[in-house]
This record gives sequence, structure tokens and C-alpha cells, in this order.
Amino acid sequence: MSYTSLQPIPQRHWWRLRVGPDEKIWITAAYAWCLVMLVWMVGWFFLGNQNQVGNAYRVTIDGFTAKMDQMVEKYQLKDASGSLMSEGDNDIPVVQVPVGGNVFIAARQFEFPVIPVLELGKTYVFHLSSQDVDHGFSLLPINVNLQLLPGYDYVLRFTPNKTGVYRLTCNEYCGLGHHTMTGKLYVIDTANKIVLDGKGGITGGGA
Amino acid sequence: MATIMATLRNPQDFTTCPDTGLNINKPVANLVKIHILTAVMMLLAGGILGLGVALTRWPAVHLLPSEWFYIFLTGHGAAVLLFWVHIFSVGIAYFFVTTPINARLATPKIAWLSYWLMLIGAAIATVMVLLGQATVMFSAYPPLKAHPLFYLGVILFAVGALVPAFLVLATLVKAKNERTFKGSMPLTTFGVLIWAIIAIFTWVMGAVIMIPTWLWSMGLIANIDPQLYRVIFWALAHSTQQMNIVLHITIWYTLAAVLFGARPLNEKVSRTAFVLYLFALQLGSVHHLLSDPGTSFTWRTFNTSYAAYLAVLGSLIHGLTVPGGIELAQRRRGLTHGLFEWLRKAPWDNPIFSGFFLSLILFGFIGGISGVTMSNQQINMTVHNTFYVPAHFHGTVATGTTLAFIAFSYWIVPLVTRRKLAYPGLAKMSTWIFGLGMGTFALFGMAAGHLGVPRRHWDITYADAALPFDFSAMAHMIMTVAEIGAVIGGFGALFYIISILSTLLGGKVLAKGALPALAEPAGLVAARMHGGTEPQHKGLEVPGSLVLCMVLLVFLIVYYFAQYKYLATIWGIS
Repeated sequence: MSYTSLQPIPQRHWWRLRVGPDEKIWITAAYAWCLVMLVWMVGWFFLGNQNQVGNAYRVTIDGFTAKMDQMVEKYQLKDASGSLMSEGDNDIPVVQVPVGGNVFIAARQFEFPVIPVLELGKTYVFHLSSQDVDHGFSLLPINVNLQLLPGYDYVLRFTPNKTGVYRLTCNEYCGLGHHTMTGKLYVIDTANKIVLDGKGGITGGGA
Repeated sequence: MATIMATLRNPQDFTTCPDTGLNINKPVANLVKIHILTAVMMLLAGGILGLGVALTRWPAVHLLPSEWFYIFLTGHGAAVLLFWVHIFSVGIAYFFVTTPINARLATPKIAWLSYWLMLIGAAIATVMVLLGQATVMFSAYPPLKAHPLFYLGVILFAVGALVPAFLVLATLVKAKNERTFKGSMPLTTFGVLIWAIIAIFTWVMGAVIMIPTWLWSMGLIANIDPQLYRVIFWALAHSTQQMNIVLHITIWYTLAAVLFGARPLNEKVSRTAFVLYLFALQLGSVHHLLSDPGTSFTWRTFNTSYAAYLAVLGSLIHGLTVPGGIELAQRRRGLTHGLFEWLRKAPWDNPIFSGFFLSLILFGFIGGISGVTMSNQQINMTVHNTFYVPAHFHGTVATGTTLAFIAFSYWIVPLVTRRKLAYPGLAKMSTWIFGLGMGTFALFGMAAGHLGVPRRHWDITYADAALPFDFSAMAHMIMTVAEIGAVIGGFGALFYIISILSTLLGGKVLAKGALPALAEPAGLVAARMHGGTEPQHKGLEVPGSLVLCMVLLVFLIVYYFAQYKYLATIWGIS
């Protein structure tokens, strides 16, 4: 009696029929690979250096934003003439916290309100959040992408391994001005005299 | 076969296709027609909106102003991801739960009620989007707020889409009571049963998240937690796409049966693969949350791996058994030469086959590989919310589901209407153009994502940004190729829409006894005449399919480790 996938199965006890060798080979190979992926993913969490789980805390928007403002007040850099450094039409402050310090970024429509300056090879504790709606934290060119949510303090330790001028773009739609939302981040190496050039770039050390 | 088909009860409620011998419940024929007609209109609307999006993200064209771009993008997502696929799905679910088991649909009136709910819901939501009152994207993450009617439209649609899941269950119970078939239900009906169970979970999640959000939009609830919303929203939205997968795999098995008289290599294996979906597929909704603040490592690991990759295993099994069924049927018909004669001599000029097989290949190689890779926790942060994401789901929803639906339409519409397929020349081109165009979009979009190009973004030259920034010339070029692919793919969809709408609305009525155009070699007829009578296969009989699968696995392994290799070069993040 013939049948196809569109007809009821005529054989009784079809679940007892033997599985062919081709299917067995494939299921074994496929599931072996699945388990490799599982072990690898868990292994990377414990042994790898790039994991975005971090910690998260519920916060109030006002409380978190106040912490960012305090950080700016305390650590905003000054240029050679002694005036506070900022960039862009909206005067985003350039901020350098001490090595190992806390960097607060409370994104808002449509800006990342601080420009952090980091030292190469040092670890900083980033606190990422939003003052209004969901935003994306897309760090380029290394292409690290994180989700910022209002009311959540997303805590991650960043250890930059290359000097340079990094860019941020928001990659979560956050309103009609979404495409104007960019940010910036510097990684310098003071020990090797790779420092800010005061004109929106870095200089020295042959860089 | 004759003995299986002989159990038709209430013959007055059926029309029997003189060519295939399939018995079609009369109310189901009408439901299939109206659902496909409506779904195709949604595809047309969604396609036009998508064209606007593509022509804007094509850097040199940059067609729409920003406000309209975001409106078009929101509308495109809703129209195709929700309305097109799910209205189509419901229509063919009624077919799969009745015809293969000679059943009558339980309460067709309620099916019509569900149809009107979906249609009204879709209309309300679409109008609010087009009025610019709901420019919040398909995902509508609070605290971004849309007009309350937008949420109401989505809720009505979700309720409408929930009803058919219960109708599927009720129909199966009724069929069992009326003993309309002997033995175990066909694989295709089993697939739709799985679809229905996942649908219940999915649309209930929709109510759980959309009703509070609707109340919030009216000011009746003070606050929706943004993380909680994302968790439950994706339990809805990811699962809606998992429903598509279940249904388009059911379509693959069906078309293999129709075209080649194929059956599963082993019923137990194929059904187990569906059951794995049932238990593990929805866990995948956490893929959207891997770069979010609010969840733990253990929770992410359990869910993102589908409880140790059970659903991935299910997909990989179908990846062998679908082509394997064809290979076995073809080899038994004498096409035994080499590894691939069975495939080479398949009816490639028949859009039912070309659409089906392209869907299988593109879904596996593009949608599947990108999906499995990006759902690894650490890799996810290198693609989250980049252009990689839409590229991936065009690999699944466009070249997978939509292409399978296109191929299936060319079979089911002539079957239920008894009309000749209109414009078969356009139909033949449509599958190739759509598949290759959307495949190009997906592949190049993935490349753009690897360069960090953001999704849902109007202007990657950042002309108006406070802190200037631009992507490399390479990124612009890749986006250009991707969007040209999308536009070309759109023509494929247009050819399909013209062919199917013309068939539905004015196709030539077939004389009795004439095979529905393009369904030859009519596998069901072939199966009745030559179909294998032996039980399931024994030896290593599908080497060609096994080789295809191994190639896929090698691609996946190489691509996967390439991502981790890149990851190891960037900043320490912990």
C-alpha cells in the first residue's frame, strides 16, 4: 500500500521501523556539533575575555543621570587654555575618570552625553543606561553592540586593547531623530605619549 | 491508496479533485481562497512599503524623507511579518487539517469570525502607522509610545490569529470521532498540529504583553517595564516566526509528496523533529535579549541554546529528511546515477519545485547558518541591532517562509479554485528572481552588519549628526548591492502577486479531468501508480542529501569559529 506525507500512515507500529544508516549518521554528526557549540559557549563565558552578561541593577532615571552629571563635574578635561573640553554643536563634555573608575553613560534622545577618555590596557567599569527610551550602544569600528534600557544600569568592565578614536552610533530606533544620534570615545596611551590632540583626534606615538 | 481514500464520510460536503484524488471540504476551499487573497494583498502593501525602505537605504538613491522612512519601515514589518505570513498560514492550516484526513472543518463560521478579526485588526494597525501615529517600529518597545488604536489593532489581530489554533484541535477531535481516516495522521497534518500548539502559546503571549501596553498607552497603567516588555514581546514575536518555520517545513514535505510522491525516510524521525520544535523552539525568543542588561548567564544559556540545541537538531533533521524523501522517491523511479541525478533531473522549470527547493537551500544556508551563529551569546554582541539582523530574518522569513508560500500557492490555488494558473511565465520567473534577489540582500546585509552598519537607520552618512561619522566606502557599496538585491527580489514578489491574483480573480476554469497546470508530474498521481510500496528505507539510500547536509555543516562550523576568532581580537568585556 503506497502513501505519501499527505496520507495517513497505513503501516501499523510505524514507530518501530528501523532508522536508516544515513539518518543515523546525520543525526549523530549534527547533534555532536550542537553539543560542541553548547560547550564552547559556556567555556567562553568562563575562559574567554569577551562576555556581555555583566551585571544589571534597577535604578531610577534621575538617580542614574545625577551620577553621570557628578562624574562630568568632577572629571571633565580641560584644554591647554584651561577651559572645559567639549565637542559638537551640543557641547558634549570630554571626560577622563581615573583608571579603574566608573564611567556613566545615560543616553538620551538623540545623544550620548559624554565622551569618555580611556587608557589603553586599563579596565574601566561602564554603567550604561538611558534617560528616556531604549537606545543602542554600538561601538565602532570594533562592532560591539549593547542594549540600553531606561531604569536599568548595565554594568560591564571594558578593557580597551587598541588606541584610537572610537565612534558610537545608536542602533535601536529611538524616535524621529534616531539617525542623528552619535557618540565618541577615545583610547589613549599616556605612557607612550599617545594623547588627545585637542582637535577631536589623538596624536603621538607614531599613531 | 484506494483503501485509505475510501473512508470519505459526508461526501456532499466535499469536492474531489479529479486529478489528485484529494477531497476538499467545501467551506475550506472558500477559506483557503479568501485567506490567500487577503494575504497576497498584504504582501503587495508590505512589498510597496519595503520597496520604499530599500530605495532609501540604497545610499545613492536615499528616496524617502526620514519621517516617512520610519513610517514605511514600521508598516513593512507589520504588513509582511505579521499580516502576510499569518493570514496565509491560517488559510493553509485549514487545508492541512482537513484534506489529508478527509475531515470537515469544525465550525467554519468561527473561522470566518477569526478572519474578520484579523482583517480589521490589521487594517486599524496599518492605518495608524500610515497616519504617522505609530512610528514605533514593529517591535514597539516602550517607553516609545504609539496611538492606543495601534495596540488595539495588534490585539484584535492576535485574537483573530489565536482562534484557528483551537479550530485545528477541534477539527482533529471531530475527525477522530467521525473516524474519517485509518491509521496515524499524515505527517503534514501532524506538522499543523504542532503549529497550532505553538500558535496558542504565541498569541497568548501577545495578549499578555499587548493588553497592558494598550492600557498604558491610554494612561491607565503608569509604567511598562522596558526589560519585561522585551522578554514577553519576543516570546510573542520570535514565536510567530517559529510558527512560520513549522508551517513552511510542512509545506516542504507536502510539495515533496505532491511533486515526487515522496514520504519521510522514517516517520518516527521526522515526527520527533517536529516534537523537538514543540518543546524547544520558543526558547529561541531569548536571541533578541542576549545583549540586554536584565538577564542571567544561566537563563540566557539555557534558552539561547534551545535547551541544548534541541530545536536546531530538529531543523537539521528536516534538512536531511526533506531532500532525502525526494531522493529516495527519485531513485526508486530509476534516477540512480551518481550522487545528484535525482536532483539534476528534478522539474527545475516548475515554479512549485524551484520555489520549494530554493526555499530549502536558502533557508538552510543563509537563514539557518546566520541564525545559529548569531544566537551564540558572545557572538551576538557583534551583530545585535546591526544590519545583520534584518539580513538574517530575510534569509528565514523571505527566502525561507515566503518563498515556500509562493511555491505552495502555485499548487494550492489551482487545486482549490480549479482554475488554470494565470501567467505561468511570470510564475516561473518569480521564484528565481525573488529567491536570488532576497538571497543577495540577506548575504550582503550580513556583510554590512559585520561592518557595524545599524538597522532601522535612515542615514548612515550621519549628515545631521552632532558628532560627525561615516561608514567606509566599502560599507556603502555593500549596502548598495544588498538593496539592489532587495529591489530585484521585489520584482519576483510582484510577478507572484500578479500571477496569483489573476488566478484567484479571473483564472480560466479548468475542465474536469484536466490536471491543474504546473502540478504535473502530479506526484500524488505518480504515487498512486508507481509509489514505493516498501516500508521505510533500509540501506544508505540517500547519499546525495547526506552530502548536501554535510556541506552545510562544514559551512556552519567554519563560519562559527571565524566569528569567535574575530571576537578574541577585540576589547576585554566582562
